[in-house]
Amino acid sequence: MLLIHCPYCEMDRPELEFRYGGEAHIARPADPMATSDETWAEHLYFRSNPRGLHAERWRHISGCGRFFNCLRDTVSDRIVTTYKAGEARPEIDRGAA
Amino acid sequence: MSDRSVAVAARRGPLHAVSLPKGETFAVTRAPDAARFVLRGDPAGVAAFGPAAPGMLRASESGSRAALRLGPDEILLLAPGEDAEAIRGELAAKLPAGAHSLVDVSHRQIGLVVEGRSAALCLAAGCPLDLRPAAFPIGMATRTIFLKAEIVLWRQADDRFHVEVWRSFAPYLVGHLSDAHAGSSDP
Amino acid sequence: MSEHFRLSGATGRAVRFVFDGVTYQGREGDTLASALLANGVHLIGRSYKYHRPRGMLTAGAEEPNALVAVERGRGRMTPNLRATQIELYDGLVATSQNRWPSLAFDVGVINDVAGKFYSAGFYYKTFMGPKFAGTALWTRVFEPIVRYAAGLGARPTDPDPDRYAQFYAHCDVLVCGAGPAGLAAALAAARSGKDVILCDEQSEPGGSLLHETTATIDGRPARVWAEEGLAELKAAANVRVMARTQAFGWYAQNFVALSERVADHLAELPRGARERLWQVRAKRVVIATGAIERPIVFPGNDRPGVMLAEAGRIYLNRFGVKVGSRVVVVTAHDSAYRVALDLAAAGVTVAAIADVRSMPLRARMQEAEAAGIRVISSATVTGTKGRRRVSGVGIAQVGGDVVGGTDWIACDCLLMSGGWTPSVHLYSQSRGKVVWHEDRQMFLPGASVQDERSAGACRGSFTLEAALSEGDRAGAEAAGIETARPSFAITGEAGTEGGVLGRLPRRPGAKGKAFVDFQNDVKADDIELAVQEGMRSIEHVKRYTTTGMATDQGKTSNLNALAIAAGKLGRSIPQVGLTTFRQPYTPVTFGAFAGANRGDLFDPVRQTPIHSWAEENGAAFEDVGLWKRAWYFPKPGEDMHRAVLRECRQTRATAGIFDASTLGKIEVVGPDAAVFMEKLYTNPWAKLEPGRCRYGLMLNEAGFVMDDGVIARMADDRFHVTTTTGGAPRVLHHMEDYLQTEFPDLRVWLTSTTEQWAVIAVQGPKAREIVAPLVAGFDISKEAMPHMSIREGTVCGVPARVMRVSFTGELGFEINVPADHGRAVWEAVWAEGRKVDAVAYGTEAMHVMRAEKGYIIVGQETDGTVTPADLGLNWAVGKAKKDFVGKRSLVRPDMIVDGRKQLVGLLTEDPAIVLEEGAQITATAAPAAGTRALGHVTSSYASPALGRSIALAMVAGGRDRSGERLYVPMPGGAIAVTIVDPVFVDPKGERLDV
Ligand SMILES: [Zn+2]
Repeated sequence: MLLIHCPYCEMDRPELEFRYGGEAHIARPADPMATSDETWAEHLYFRSNPRGLHAERWRHISGCGRFFNCLRDTVSDRIVTTYKAGEARPEIDRGAA
Repeated sequence: MSDRSVAVAARRGPLHAVSLPKGETFAVTRAPDAARFVLRGDPAGVAAFGPAAPGMLRASESGSRAALRLGPDEILLLAPGEDAEAIRGELAAKLPAGAHSLVDVSHRQIGLVVEGRSAALCLAAGCPLDLRPAAFPIGMATRTIFLKAEIVLWRQADDRFHVEVWRSFAPYLVGHLSDAHAGSSDP
Repeated sequence: MSEHFRLSGATGRAVRFVFDGVTYQGREGDTLASALLANGVHLIGRSYKYHRPRGMLTAGAEEPNALVAVERGRGRMTPNLRATQIELYDGLVATSQNRWPSLAFDVGVINDVAGKFYSAGFYYKTFMGPKFAGTALWTRVFEPIVRYAAGLGARPTDPDPDRYAQFYAHCDVLVCGAGPAGLAAALAAARSGKDVILCDEQSEPGGSLLHETTATIDGRPARVWAEEGLAELKAAANVRVMARTQAFGWYAQNFVALSERVADHLAELPRGARERLWQVRAKRVVIATGAIERPIVFPGNDRPGVMLAEAGRIYLNRFGVKVGSRVVVVTAHDSAYRVALDLAAAGVTVAAIADVRSMPLRARMQEAEAAGIRVISSATVTGTKGRRRVSGVGIAQVGGDVVGGTDWIACDCLLMSGGWTPSVHLYSQSRGKVVWHEDRQMFLPGASVQDERSAGACRGSFTLEAALSEGDRAGAEAAGIETARPSFAITGEAGTEGGVLGRLPRRPGAKGKAFVDFQNDVKADDIELAVQEGMRSIEHVKRYTTTGMATDQGKTSNLNALAIAAGKLGRSIPQVGLTTFRQPYTPVTFGAFAGANRGDLFDPVRQTPIHSWAEENGAAFEDVGLWKRAWYFPKPGEDMHRAVLRECRQTRATAGIFDASTLGKIEVVGPDAAVFMEKLYTNPWAKLEPGRCRYGLMLNEAGFVMDDGVIARMADDRFHVTTTTGGAPRVLHHMEDYLQTEFPDLRVWLTSTTEQWAVIAVQGPKAREIVAPLVAGFDISKEAMPHMSIREGTVCGVPARVMRVSFTGELGFEINVPADHGRAVWEAVWAEGRKVDAVAYGTEAMHVMRAEKGYIIVGQETDGTVTPADLGLNWAVGKAKKDFVGKRSLVRPDMIVDGRKQLVGLLTEDPAIVLEEGAQITATAAPAAGTRALGHVTSSYASPALGRSIALAMVAGGRDRSGERLYVPMPGGAIAVTIVDPVFVDPKGERLDV
């Protein structure tokens, strides 16, 4: 069981309190009706699935309830950093993971 | 519509038929019926209720009222059951318009007092948080999990916790605490 | 029987125990193994494949042979326990395994003779291909035989009556292993005041110090040093010393699982836990897991009486048991000399020490010779004799590549030491990479991946001084102490050098089974054969031969197997690779993993405030998620069908009362509440007046229906949202997701109120009559409270929200009262209901009545691929709305294509036939194989209102097929059905308008 640092609680908390929420930084288009079928399908279904650092959403659902983002290394399953929803993805050297 | 008066409905809680663990080092008791509100929005609004606005994951108390800061904009207000109407009125009057949500959850959950030398140990049967006093000091309050139930855990003393749990999960929680108590004793 | 092999002066209290029906005497403090050995019993089991007689090989957790079942009454049979770890108690009953009909005479021994059958890869070779697969010969003859013969132990058949507890624990320093390194580490860490957990698998912490009778530490006998240290640790408030506790698994971020055997050593099981599972989160971990002695690979190395050398010393010094009366020691390591000396001093004849090294250390040879023990150097073992117990060993000397003539030495016990393998299991589980040290011929921990450090023998430091210093330093470091560390003065230590890997030299063409993996019966020949047949990686060799794959995970065998494979391949050991160590280190009981999570405590059993009334009134319950819901209320003599029929009929005739408390409820509050609702639901909300309700439909972003429910507007800034019973948490999560991440500027907040309210649905033409007398503060007349409205006031004197809604097609009210009042209000409603012959109805009748009205249930009519249009619910989609979650997806090409499945009603031509839900629908009665179905039945019931069966279905282009005849092919023949409108009862809704 991982410990995950909740950027709202500012504490390491047990993984069991969290729920995974898929890839982060996939903003819903401001006017979905104005998007093409291709763009919309891309938005709905296409994800990056990288080997290495992955920006993803988590929710501290059984804690403070907040959604936040995290950078996790999909090779080592290490969470490199977490940050609040709405904040930009931190610049992290891939080697540091 | 009828003007006929009907008997006021009696109360029956979810632990009506459940026996609570009670021993020298560990006891679970029902906290008195409480008025409970979820206050969402600016935590400064807590002042309208009484206690000072608590910091994240902390409880603040004033007299018989307590405010538990469960999230950035989520506070659980606890007060004696008979205060419910008064609180509703006070907060409606004092809170700035449009900046908060106040929802009565008095019956959504129940309060349990979990105390004794083995209190932290028995809670650790289902709660993965570090409950050592340095990590979970007196006055800390947070939503967390106990096995498959969600609880709010508030440490009131080294050996005493106040636990809030949704009513239908209460027998499960109490059952596991009883079991943990039995399983914690050495032969 | 008396204990012939017990040293005189044994002090432990005598206890009786039974092994394979024979009663023996042992001592308190014995293990089953030591007690049997005290009685001269070595034969304890039959091997897995060849059913060869086997005895105790070791004295510890690494034991591969001595697996027994312990029987302690109903439900308390535990198979596959290691006799070396079973603590003796008065009345212990144990039986050997893997033998039939008896241990001494075993039919399976035929496998030993017909050994070819079981050579490397036999599973793959013997039963491959069309010759066997699926044939009656395989399924009726071979498979049952193989399964019967291959089973390891028998499984218990009764439920386990014991309690198993689980706890999370947190500490600053976890020390795994309480031998010299672990004790030193724990002492150093404990003195810093940090929270320390010290766990050890044995009944007594101390590790090798428990049988160390020669060495001294700082002037005190080693054992005394250990006892004093332990006493200090036990007295410290910041230390928890856990004996009988195996650290068996290491997971991410220093999360270490321990299994504690609390009570298995007691004659009477206590009321508390029998075992405890500890999930420990440690800031830092000290691994002090010691080393495991290695067997030597030579023919006949598996006979009962052939043991690891140090085990002989453990049994002697710790348990006062002589493993034999005439012992031969075969060794490649200095430590076995101390074993020989101790045995000789205890009066055991040590016939010889056969050292496989050409130049054993002079000092060791001199010590042995001074004790009158012959030392043969450059030795090899050509074979052993004896059937159920070793009776002699053939020793030959090796000169260059030549193996000389065999000298047979009589013995009743053969002790062997191939050297020591550091126990790097936990380190490896922590994802650390072990590093091969060619000079020392061992794998040792490399860099740390997690915050741990290894100390002592598990990192190859075998001297007592090194173990203590390393342990002390590791403990201090883990506790963050930076002061200078003490040194330890040691005398009288046994030798720590030497070792051999792989099989001993043999004459060309020499025969005899030389075992590598004792538990899985893998021989040196098997490994060589695997290489010969093309296996290159140890991972393949392992799977092909099953070496290292038994319950002991190859603790005594992996390195020998690797060396033999590497030798045959002509490659170095690291090139061939080491297999991965997996959790658990030793087997853990299912009880420990299950803990208290079984029976009533497996899952929360969620009950509504009205549950007790339903129970008292004979309800049958069904599980809906974690909820128990009243399913139907049978009267005496009624089955489900009749009860449901009566409940439906009576509800439509007068009224029915239904517990709807499990409905999910969410209060949506804030000045932007309506804006938020517009975005999350398909329907328009801005103009819904306070006091009114609307059916709400929620889509996911892909445009598929995910939930529905009636939503009431309490005030401009407050909605009372209801969801499906199972959907409540999902809907709240979905709402929070959009609110927090897509629309964070909206001033609106969400609060779950599912359990705040008990919900009593009163449905039927007499519903108003029932509710009216209980209500105060508002008017529920037809004019004052129209269909789809909500009022606040009191019911039975308690604050209530009453909705006028219907899920049956009848006049209906749903009374929401604070949950604690639910049961009393229900009883009041029931009392009123009785006056008009109302019934209580359950979820089954609810389902039937809603299907009669063609109302969908999300999750029954829908499956995550269904749109509002598919369901005929376009009326609930706000066309004028610019955006809502899922809107854009509704116009994707696939969503508007012709031929999508649509909701329809089905009537069977034979009104008595009730279709099966899930059944497929086709155009013809006997479609060719591979024909795509047109759709499937989603709901199907006997309808009391229609007096015949009805069904709902999703059928391709269904709404254009009205009147069409289709088929539902079933095993007994196709059932003809006609497509009809899905609303079977009161299509105009006149019954609602009363
Ligand atoms: Zn949090």
